Amino acid sequence: MIGTVSLLAASTPPQLLPARELMAFTLASHILLVPFGVALPLITLIMHYRGLRRDDPVALKLARRWSAVMAIQFAVGVVTGTVLSFELGLLWPGMMGRWGDVFGLGFGVEAWAFFLEAILIAIYLYGWRRLKPWTHFWLAVPLPLTALLGAFGIIAANSWMNTPQGFELDANGDPVQVDVRQAIFTPIFGAEYWHFVVAMFLTAGYLVAGVYAVGWLRGRRDRYHRLGFTVPFTVAAILTPIQFMLGDSAARSVFHKQPIKFAAMEIVWETDTHVPEYLFGRLNSDGSISGGIKIPQLDSILAGFKPSTKVTGLTSVPASDRPNAVQATIVHWAFDIMATIGSLLILLALWYGWCWLRRRDLPHSRWFFRCAAIAGAACLVTVECGWITTEVGRQPWIVYNHMRVSEAVTDTRAGSLWTMLGIVMAVYVCVFGAFLAVLLKMRTRWRIADEADPAARTGPHPETDTPYGPRGEPEPAGARTAPGDGSGSGDSKGGSS
Amino acid sequence: MMADLIAWVMVLAIAAYACAGGTDYGAGFWDLLAGGAERGRRPRWLIDHAMAPVWETNNVWLIFVLVVMWTGFPTLFQAVFTALWLPLALAAVGLVLRGAGFALRKPTRRLARRRIYGAAFALASLVTPFFLGAALGAVAAGRVAVGTTATADAWANPTSVLTGLLAVAATAFLGAVFLCSDALRFDAEDLVDYFRVRALFAFAAVVVLAIVALPVTHDDARYVWDGLTSGWGLLPVILAGVCGVATVVLLLRRSYAWTRYTSVASVALIVVAWGLAQRPYLLPTSLTVSEAAGAAHTLRWLAIVTVIAVVLVGPALVLLYRLDTMGTLEPLTDSDTGAAKAPGDNY
Repeated sequence: MIGTVSLLAASTPPQLLPARELMAFTLASHILLVPFGVALPLITLIMHYRGLRRDDPVALKLARRWSAVMAIQFAVGVVTGTVLSFELGLLWPGMMGRWGDVFGLGFGVEAWAFFLEAILIAIYLYGWRRLKPWTHFWLAVPLPLTALLGAFGIIAANSWMNTPQGFELDANGDPVQVDVRQAIFTPIFGAEYWHFVVAMFLTAGYLVAGVYAVGWLRGRRDRYHRLGFTVPFTVAAILTPIQFMLGDSAARSVFHKQPIKFAAMEIVWETDTHVPEYLFGRLNSDGSISGGIKIPQLDSILAGFKPSTKVTGLTSVPASDRPNAVQATIVHWAFDIMATIGSLLILLALWYGWCWLRRRDLPHSRWFFRCAAIAGAACLVTVECGWITTEVGRQPWIVYNHMRVSEAVTDTRAGSLWTMLGIVMAVYVCVFGAFLAVLLKMRTRWRIADEADPAARTGPHPETDTPYGPRGEPEPAGARTAPGDGSGSGDSKGGSS
Repeated sequence: MMADLIAWVMVLAIAAYACAGGTDYGAGFWDLLAGGAERGRRPRWLIDHAMAPVWETNNVWLIFVLVVMWTGFPTLFQAVFTALWLPLALAAVGLVLRGAGFALRKPTRRLARRRIYGAAFALASLVTPFFLGAALGAVAAGRVAVGTTATADAWANPTSVLTGLLAVAATAFLGAVFLCSDALRFDAEDLVDYFRVRALFAFAAVVVLAIVALPVTHDDARYVWDGLTSGWGLLPVILAGVCGVATVVLLLRRSYAWTRYTSVASVALIVVAWGLAQRPYLLPTSLTVSEAAGAAHTLRWLAIVTVIAVVLVGPALVLLYRLDTMGTLEPLTDSDTGAAKAPGDNY
């Protein structure tokens, strides 16, 4: 076994690149939907609560519309997530075969949590019309908790890959004496989990608020847009400084637990004290750095609060055990982009907080709304960057210091994997394109309805067609009484139009 | 002992997926055969309404099967996913097309686009269970062993193809039986008979395929064949047959109160029979349950997590199905979200 391992370590099988690309592509796509799966239920419930508590039709309408978006988003997220669990076997059978029983339990927790989430979300999405208003609301309250539990499982598995423990190796190098609790609560778990969870809430908050910021900029300054902006933006703004501290502590955990990854993040070549910080820049394979802004001493100070802190460099391990120069540069850029955007978001949150404290009102500046409108997209970029930092920074290890990516990869021929990558990319481009198109279409249809009847979004009176009324016709052709609505009703799939 | 327990958890999860997910695949199958936009309008309306609240929940069983497999029996997982690379990869692509197609069709208001999404959903509803069934057939036939590399031989053979076809026929049967009851529930009298006839045809297809499978698999999948035709494995097979026939009798007598339960029982019992027939092997004649079992500590925790989850998920699942069958779960309409017709909408 040891012989095979060292043999494999020396060679890079041709199927490694397509397998990696396929996993990266599917994960990078899926992770864009995760913030909504984890955080949109909470934001919607806050709005829903407000609507019920204050008998506010505008808030209720927003909550209903968000739940309509949630329905599609959740469905697409379920299938891209299912694909990932297939890919663990299709692409990395070596990892699952040897380590599945050590770190798989996290996925077990996730699967059950996700089960519960799927059930509750179905009840929530389809309960609007017939359940009693408060019953409907309370049935959905556990939703954010199930999302947190699901994230717990996934991050437990990922953090184990980063700082594996909870087992001993026998003479063949196979894991024995598995201790599940140790395998779930690994050293990097806490930092990674909270950083991830808050990132999800932040991203969902800024993105939802961004939609209404655009409307605000286009002159739609009614209560509907104001509420739709304020609730998610406030959630995100409160979390932004918290996230900054969590990110800092996560980076310090990496410094202690995965020093080589930290060296890649900060492109540190030689182990040294008084290490300078590089903002961006490129690491060359001889250890020199091109471009970038150099700040003396700062890296040591950030890592250990004093200039004399010793930072481990990439050259402290053999070249085959660390990310190469290109990978390190990618990690470094991803990390710096994430930190930069995070810092800018703090300024945005402070701006908002300042205006709110002084005048109990949104900032008046158009520039504020311009920034708010792009904050959501910027957050998605940071999510991708954070994920790249974690995953590329671990190279060449799939299980840090225990198994290389090349040992875990499938035997399937490279040609098949490239074909599969092509098919999956085509399918995902279509699916995500269609998903976006459907969302934009829904927005257009809502805007047309609102413009036809401005009272529906500003007026104090409840809507004429309350969702909690008696059940419509069995063949739902009758339920077309929306104000200014010329079309068939939403559930008139086949029967009515 | 613990490994056997976890193996049964896995078999039961597969049975649950075959029944719950299978019903949805069956609905997709009938969506495919429903005809053009005009002719297929009412069946499709019913399929959308019946499936929408529960299909995501039904899909999660599959994820649970995979998780139990790699946590409880990592060697099995590695062997299956290595040997059956292509059918499983195709099933995964099918799952994406199916889920996305179904989810995106609902809010779309243009006929041309609805057709595209509907086609993706319906075709994938045929392809996915076929490949999943073929993979299961390959395992049952003993064509997968630890170290088997990805070959077409593992799944492109009579046993696998027949199992795949049987899976499709069984899902069509389940789907039609459930849609019968759903049609009643939604007061769509005409659709009751529509799906009743289809359920009977689907059952006939299952019977024919099973009869064809008997001689074909006799030598090809000898171990499981023996297990299914004698000893403890035979009992659930007979019971499944009884349940299947009972479903047909009830359908013929237009008595729909119990058809859903009997049809589900017949499919679940077949999966259980397969589990019994394959004992003590996970991969017939090459890998036993105890050989494939993961670390004892992990299995114990997997059992604990499963028990906790059953306590948490069970009541929620019952609530969901109850609300669904009582007709409490309804999609939001355009009037609820305040949506108007946009330029180009024609549906």
